[in-house]
This record gives sequence, structure tokens and C-alpha cells, in this order.
Amino acid sequence: MELTGAQILLESLKREGVDVLFGYPGGAVIDIYDEIPRHSDLKHILVRHEQAAVHAADGYARATGKVGVCLVTSGPGATNTVTGIATAYCDSIPVVIFTGQVPTRLIGNDAFQEVDIVGITRPCTKHNFLVKDIRTLAKTIRQAFFLARSGRPGPVLVDLPKDVMISKTEFVWPEDIVMRSYNPTYKPNVNQLRRSVDEFFKAKRPVLLVGGGLIMSNAARSLTDLAHELRIPVVSTLMGLGAFPATDDLWLGMVGMHGTYAANMAINHADLLIAVGARFDDRVTGKVSDFARHARIVHIDIDPTSIRKNVNVDVPVVADCRLALDGIADIYKSRISSTTPAVDYSEWLQTLAEWKQSKPLCYQKSSNIKPQTVVETLCRLVKGNAIIATEVGQNQMWAAQFYTFTTPRTLLTSGGLGTMGYGFPAAIGAQLAFPDKIVVNIAGDGSIQMNIQELATAVENRLPVKILILNNMHLGMVRQWQELFYNHNYSSTNMEAQPDFVKLAEAYGAEGYRITRSEDLESELAKALASPNTAIIDVHVEREENVYPMVPAGAALDEMLLV
Amino acid sequence: MRHVLSVLVENEPGVLSRVAGLFSGRGFNIESLNVAPTLEEGVSHMTITTRGDEQIVEQIVKQLHKLVTVIKVMDFSDVAAVEREMMLLKVQAEGSMRGEILRMVEIFRCKVVDVSFSEMTIEATGNAEKIQAIISLFQRFGIKEVARTGSVAMRRSMQLDT
Repeated sequence: MELTGAQILLESLKREGVDVLFGYPGGAVIDIYDEIPRHSDLKHILVRHEQAAVHAADGYARATGKVGVCLVTSGPGATNTVTGIATAYCDSIPVVIFTGQVPTRLIGNDAFQEVDIVGITRPCTKHNFLVKDIRTLAKTIRQAFFLARSGRPGPVLVDLPKDVMISKTEFVWPEDIVMRSYNPTYKPNVNQLRRSVDEFFKAKRPVLLVGGGLIMSNAARSLTDLAHELRIPVVSTLMGLGAFPATDDLWLGMVGMHGTYAANMAINHADLLIAVGARFDDRVTGKVSDFARHARIVHIDIDPTSIRKNVNVDVPVVADCRLALDGIADIYKSRISSTTPAVDYSEWLQTLAEWKQSKPLCYQKSSNIKPQTVVETLCRLVKGNAIIATEVGQNQMWAAQFYTFTTPRTLLTSGGLGTMGYGFPAAIGAQLAFPDKIVVNIAGDGSIQMNIQELATAVENRLPVKILILNNMHLGMVRQWQELFYNHNYSSTNMEAQPDFVKLAEAYGAEGYRITRSEDLESELAKALASPNTAIIDVHVEREENVYPMVPAGAALDEMLLV
Repeated sequence: MRHVLSVLVENEPGVLSRVAGLFSGRGFNIESLNVAPTLEEGVSHMTITTRGDEQIVEQIVKQLHKLVTVIKVMDFSDVAAVEREMMLLKVQAEGSMRGEILRMVEIFRCKVVDVSFSEMTIEATGNAEKIQAIISLFQRFGIKEVARTGSVAMRRSMQLDT
């Protein structure tokens, strides 16, 4: 049967198993929107800004492991998605973005709402397409989803000219996709696995460093098994939180600029570092030349470009993290015999336990509400069972430090790009995927104002997302840097001019709670969390609290500023 | 160190911009870039000469490979390869100079492809050093214009030392 381009698009989404589409209509996509009401199995969520459409699709993808999908119009609709796309690209999140485009005959004519979005997004997508011929439409959509979710995942953009959406062709769904120029390596090289296992037998002070790639490849179980089998301590990057239960005695905490004392010390005293799905970002390594200076490094990553990009690696393993970890575990177990005893790192674990105990994460209590206390209280109230989204800045770091993450895909945070305004729409995406879960966006008073308009989206769809504002009336992280490194010159970081967040919530039809006294914190927070409605919880916290530990930019990991 | 990379790509719109954007976006350096179709329909061949230490060139090769439209990447520094570049060079050629210029053309096995009362256009092929030598030697006559293709390269059939 002949179908229009718009019908082919929606039919293809169905074949790809898409159930939620985040979008915003406009002239160039009106034909697609004309078709949407005829597809009752596809839920369309109307956002209030296109940036939020991508963040919501991204949050949906992080929480579920499925591909997130969004649809926007040409021109400004398309350019508004760029921050969302770059956010997903930096964190390797599978998202497919459909953008409308002016009719093919007008492309290049500076037509109304025309922009070269394929050109604009080339450096921040895994790949992108302009569909000029309706006969390639179904195949292109198939390839877009395949590229987004396979190998190292990432955002893929498909640009759809209006005339292609209107014209008709026979719909043929390509079941098989062959792309001769794209073949990700999933299976590890056995020799490299053997060499990795050799390293375990030689090492006395090993550390497992896990990143977002581990969560992406659903390898948390394999990691926990390997860590327990060999009794190896585990640290993680921001993106890796949740991959390993923070309640485990082998857990040392997050590494990097705001990592724990034990985790950062472990990295710089280790003689073997096994990095799994982590890419050695500068916020993780600190001064690169001093990073893991005594360690041999085994690096497991599906993307060969991650290996030897920032640090030198002794044993590279290009593979899917789960297959590599399982392979290492198998080879290790097969080597243990009466003559080859199991590895024993108990002395190292003893040292680490002392570090962990001597300098745990801490902060000074005061009569004002401390932001750290808010996160701890939240964690206690939801028993660690919520999905947490964060904005970017101090709120993000306190969430990472003081919430006990035990399960993969429960932290949604913009790690690589550091996008303020990410958390709330991401929380909306996650809540749609998990209507019965508690979803909380830990926010700052600055970043929440970057996508606050999505309150309308949440309320319209009756999503009980909770926005927990750690309100210090500052752009806190920049203020912290100004205090510590710029001689207290608080240039443009005061945010006392802000809306009444309670009234604002109410104006949108959501609930608003304000907490200003320590004694009200737990009860008010519990009340808000129990509400079936969208709510803002505006907690007024200590105004000039800093995030510690802190490794100053460019310093070595063991040169931390502590509380 | 200078590296000559041979890159096979899908011949689709935007592929050149993907490759060029990769170099500019990551701060890699392109010394020359040559693109042309191959015998296989839909496949183009790029020869890229670049400079960088071992780690940088390793990244360049890997990043090129990562582009979805790139089919194959080879670094010719690792193998024996033939490398050639073509140049058109317009030189001032009046009266007494013409004989001298024609002798040089012969020595370097160039060709005169266009001539007027005051100028000659010469076609030269060779590796990068030869082209550079020709430019240096013709400079004293007065070079009016130069157009170069950038290197193209091919792996030698006989890899003697392997």
C-alpha cells in the first residue's frame, strides 16, 4: 500500500517500538502532526520549549535504556534542540531527533524558518541525515535507530523536508540493516582479556573505575560479581553512579574534582586501575600527568577513540563492557588452582578502609538548613528508591555525594556537557516511563529557571515530578570558585532577584512548598513527596555553603581541599 | 611527523564537511586534502596529509574510523607507498629566459601545457620534495601562480621489509 511520508514516519516509529514522542508542532511538521491523532498507541507529549523535548527524550532513554524520540519543526524549532543534542552526545545517550525542513526545492534559498540543521548538528550528533527522497525514508529511520542504540550510543538527527512528508510511496520496512562502514566491536579480543587477568595476579593495589558506559551496556551485575569475586574496591565517575551499590563495603565513592578522599587517594596510590566505560574526562583526572601515577591501566571501552585519548593505557580492550567483564571473570576463575591461589588484596582494603573512615564526606552543621542535609533527608525518605535527576552545579555535586545510589539508571545528570536546565525535563521523561516511581529533580535556584516553563507539561500530563530546589539565592558553584580562586569577587552570581517559587508553582497548577526552618524539613519534604501532583519544594539553604572535597582545576587528585 | 592517510568514504552529500569538521573541531591539522571518485560507484577516495605526534595521529585515524560514512582508513607511514602530487605552475618567461626554463622542464620531466609571449604554464608531478624543489628553482624566473592537487598515494604492491 502507498503511504505518505508522514504515515511512513509514524508506521516506522511503531516498528521501532516507540511509545512516547516528545515534540512541538510547527509549519514544517504540520503534516506529521495531522497524522499523530490516528495513532493511539503513540503518546505525544507537548513540551513548552524544544530544548526540553530533547532533554525529556534523553531522560526517558537514560531511565529505560530505550531510544528516546522527539519531533520538532524547522528553523528555530530545530536550533532550539541543539543544547539537548549536545548534552546527549557528550553522555552517549540514544536519542533520535526528527526535525522538519522546508520543501526540498526551497532548501538553500533562505526560506522562512529554514536552517541547515544537519550542518549545525554535525559535530554534536553521532550521525545525521537529510531525507531528500521518500523512497529512502523508511531505511533512513531504521538506520537512525540502529545507530542511536548500537555501539557507543548517541543522538541521531533526521531532517524531514515538508514535501517528502506529503508525497507517497510503497512502504517497505527493511528488517535487516547492513552498513558496510559501521561495525562496532562488541566481542573482546581474548588475548587482551588474558593480559588483563595477568594484571590482576601481579597487582597488589587494584581499583575498578566505572563510568557511564557500564550502565549503558547493562553490565552492573557483571561488575558487582567481578568486584565481589576478587574483592576489588570500586570507584566511579559521576556518570557511573548507580552501577555499583554505594552501600557495599567495597565502594569508595565518586572520583574527581568533588570525589571522596578515599576514592581519589585510591586512584593515586593504586598499582592497577581497571577503567570500565569511562573516558578520563578532565573533571575526573585532575592533573593528567599525576593521575594514577603508580598504576598500570586496563581500559575497557566500546569506542576505540576513548582509549589513549587522555591517558596512556597498558592494556586496551575494545569491547562491550559486559562481555569484557564476564570474559575476565571466566578466565580468572579458570586460572585458580591448587598452585595458583586466588588474589588477595586484603592489606590494600585495610588501608582504604582507614582512609574511608578517617575522612568521610562531611559538612558542618548549623542552625540554617544545609543543602547536604536536604539530600540526605530525601534519600532517607525515599529509601534510596527514587529516580533522581539533577541540574548542574552545586546541586548536582551534593546529589552525587549525599544520595546513596544503589541501582543503575536512577541518576539522570548532564555529566559531560554540564547543561543547566537539563534536570527538570529529564525528570519528566523518566516519570513518563515510570509513572509509579518517585522522580525528584534536585535543582538549584539558578538552573531550575532555565526550563521552568515545563511545569505546564508536567501539570498537563499529571506527572507527579518533584522539584527540590536547594535555594541559596546564588549561582552557587560559580560563587564557590569566586570565593576560593577569585578573591571573593562575586561577579553576577547573586540571585536574590527570583520569583516566589511557591506562587509560581501554583500559577502553573502545581503545588508549592517552602521550607525555611530545619525543624520543618523532614515533615514538609515527606508531605510533598507523598503528593500525587507536580510540586516545587523550595528549600532555603545556607547561602554560602561550598562543595567539598574539591580538587582545584589543574591540581592532582590527592591535592584536595577538605572541609 | 608528516603522515599520509588514505581514506575510503561513502560518496554522499556532507561527507567532506564531516571529515573537514572533524579536523577543525578537534584541532588537528590538514596539510593537504584530495578527494575523487573510485572505480566503485558511491565510494570516494580521500588522501589527507597531516602532521602530529604518534598519539595525535592515532586519534586522527580512530576518529576518522568512527565517522559513520568512512569505510576504511590507512596510514601510509606504516607501509611502503607511492606518493605523487600534480602542480600547474605559471612562470614569467620572456626572451632570454625561455631556453633556461625549457631546460629545467626537461630535467624535472615536466610538461609545458600553455604558452604566451610572456608566460609559460608548466605541469609537474612528483612527491612533495620534488614539487618543493621545482618551486624553489622556478622562483628566480618569477612565479605568477601555482595550483597544486595535494598528495595522492597508493600502497606499493611489494612490501619488501615485511
